[in-house]
Amino acid sequence: MNIILGMIGLGSAFVSGWASAQATAADRIPDTMEARVQACTGCHGAQGRGVENVYFPRLAGKPAGYLYNQLVAFRDGRRKYVPMNYLLAYLPDAYLMRMAEHFASLNPPPLVQPAVARSPELVRDGQRIVTQGIPGKKIPACVTCHGAELGGREPGIPGLLGLRADYVSAQLGAWRFGVRTALAPDCMQVIAASLSEPEVAAVSAYLASLPVTAARPVRQANVRLPLACGSEPQQGGQP
Amino acid sequence: MTLRSLFRTLACAALPLALLATSAGVPLHAQTKPAAQAKPAAQPVQPSIVERGRYLAQAGDCIACHTVPGAKIFSGNRAMPTPFGTLYAPNITPDRETGIGSWSADDFYNMMHTGRSPKGYLLYPAMPFASYTKVTRADSDAIFAYLRSVPPVRLASREHDLRFPYNNRSLLIGWRTLYFKEGEYQPDRGKSVEWNRGAYLVQGLGHCAMCHTPINALGGSSQEKAFQGGLIPMQNWYAPSLTSNREAGLGDWALQDIVDLLQRGVSNRGTVYGPMAEVTFNSLQFMSDEDVRAMAVYLKGLPADQGPASDPADAPLRADVGQAFTEGRRIYAARCASCHGAEGRGKLPHYPPLARNQSIGMSSAVNPIRMVLNGGYPPGTRRNPMPYGMPPFAQDLNDNEIASVVTFIRTAWGNRGAPVTAREVNQLRSATVE
Repeated sequence: MNIILGMIGLGSAFVSGWASAQATAADRIPDTMEARVQACTGCHGAQGRGVENVYFPRLAGKPAGYLYNQLVAFRDGRRKYVPMNYLLAYLPDAYLMRMAEHFASLNPPPLVQPAVARSPELVRDGQRIVTQGIPGKKIPACVTCHGAELGGREPGIPGLLGLRADYVSAQLGAWRFGVRTALAPDCMQVIAASLSEPEVAAVSAYLASLPVTAARPVRQANVRLPLACGSEPQQGGQP
Repeated sequence: MTLRSLFRTLACAALPLALLATSAGVPLHAQTKPAAQAKPAAQPVQPSIVERGRYLAQAGDCIACHTVPGAKIFSGNRAMPTPFGTLYAPNITPDRETGIGSWSADDFYNMMHTGRSPKGYLLYPAMPFASYTKVTRADSDAIFAYLRSVPPVRLASREHDLRFPYNNRSLLIGWRTLYFKEGEYQPDRGKSVEWNRGAYLVQGLGHCAMCHTPINALGGSSQEKAFQGGLIPMQNWYAPSLTSNREAGLGDWALQDIVDLLQRGVSNRGTVYGPMAEVTFNSLQFMSDEDVRAMAVYLKGLPADQGPASDPADAPLRADVGQAFTEGRRIYAARCASCHGAEGRGKLPHYPPLARNQSIGMSSAVNPIRMVLNGGYPPGTRRNPMPYGMPPFAQDLNDNEIASVVTFIRTAWGNRGAPVTAREVNQLRSATVE
């Protein structure tokens, strides 16, 4: 097998050598992930920082496993948004993982959001749900999984800071109606389907009211989460 | 996804092994084929019939229709929207109840060759039997052996959802009379072995004519000539003529550029995108260098029905076009030139040239408009596993701006395309972007 792997390696070295010999210095394309993901940063902002448009969220600093799961879900149509489905349709797993790791490793300063006037009652209701859950509906507090500082949890749970209210509300709605699905068992589908519309509005308003801090995804082994989630394997399996 | 990745990984491993033809390949083959289906290899260096069938099934791109992305291989039920309703490709795993587990190799060959199921009904031509009829019996048997070797999946195939009168299969008799000529590929003794191999793959398993119908014009029938290039129904992509050097005719391409385009997905002349990206991703990237080269030799030799577009561009004549050209040039300089170059030469091979690029200037403007609206990544292939992508501009540029920039690239640098209107952009925007 070593000989064969060696042959394959030689083959690819030959191909890349041939390609660079064709290009003059001025025409050379940087052999970097940054150059390769220009198709992403056009919408999601330089370094995946996020942009004014609420529906192009920040990618930088989210756990690589989470980003990878989203890329695969878009590619395979489990998460529906036509421009993303189209863009990723013919990209292999290994490359999507490289993209995910690339954005996970970045930490550009967050976009400063203009202040939005919100009803204090709505924000207070949202804070209660985010920090205490809704015991009567068996909905756990968001912070249990997404981290006490809402910075996310490795490998598969995203941070919730810096998301605008319309985006959070749209994602919960998409989960409820099956337009966004995660790996089974899809814990967020269970949660989104149990939330009432006012509860969704409250959670969205509260999350959007929080300042973006330096909180990073929690790294913690052997934590028992309240719901089984395909995106966050409990036994340390692959994301 | 795991199965599809596994499938791809195994296929990647199989090709270099087959090429090296060392005994090291044998144990790996033995591990990957289920014992029940495997025939003992007479010569240890020969890839097994199952391996050959796997390769040929990739050449035929069976997976594209018979597997829902992320689902178990060949379990079928992928929806194929058509202007007549939605077709669902059947389960072709060896499950006896819901797949083709009860078929014989004769049944399979007859289906491929005649477009009739073992129960005798006529297949809808979404199954490209008009191409597959050219496949040899030996190749058909190998594909069947491979299909028998994949894990059976018990999953009933959905009924087609076709509107009246298309739901009546007897209408297919008329279609078959017009468009179906049964018969295996007959080599042209006046041509090389390589050319004939290419013709066999392009006309047969490759079923290229399904989209690029002008290949039918090789038969010389004027009726068929009407199909030179055309919009692919429901997909809103234009499949260029393969016989016109003003479109995708390859007469003036270097052979290596054709090989790169098909197998690697990027080349010094252009990049595959849209439905062709799927063909490279599922099929062409896994084909041997010899086979891709043979296809390139055949495609390059297709007779050209029009000369290449080589005249220098005239200055746009009409005032409104002149204005669009000027506006387009401004947008191009700001948004496009950093990758495609001020003179449209691109940065090869990853940022394709736009100057003298046939797919920019051809009669239909659908493809260049869609590229600007939707952007795109070339497929990730064995030879180009981490492609560079183009951002979408639908969210940034309005219909007038996109019409202007596409008008500019279609008429600058010697390109001879017609100007584009905002209305054309708007129709594609609403058809392809939510």
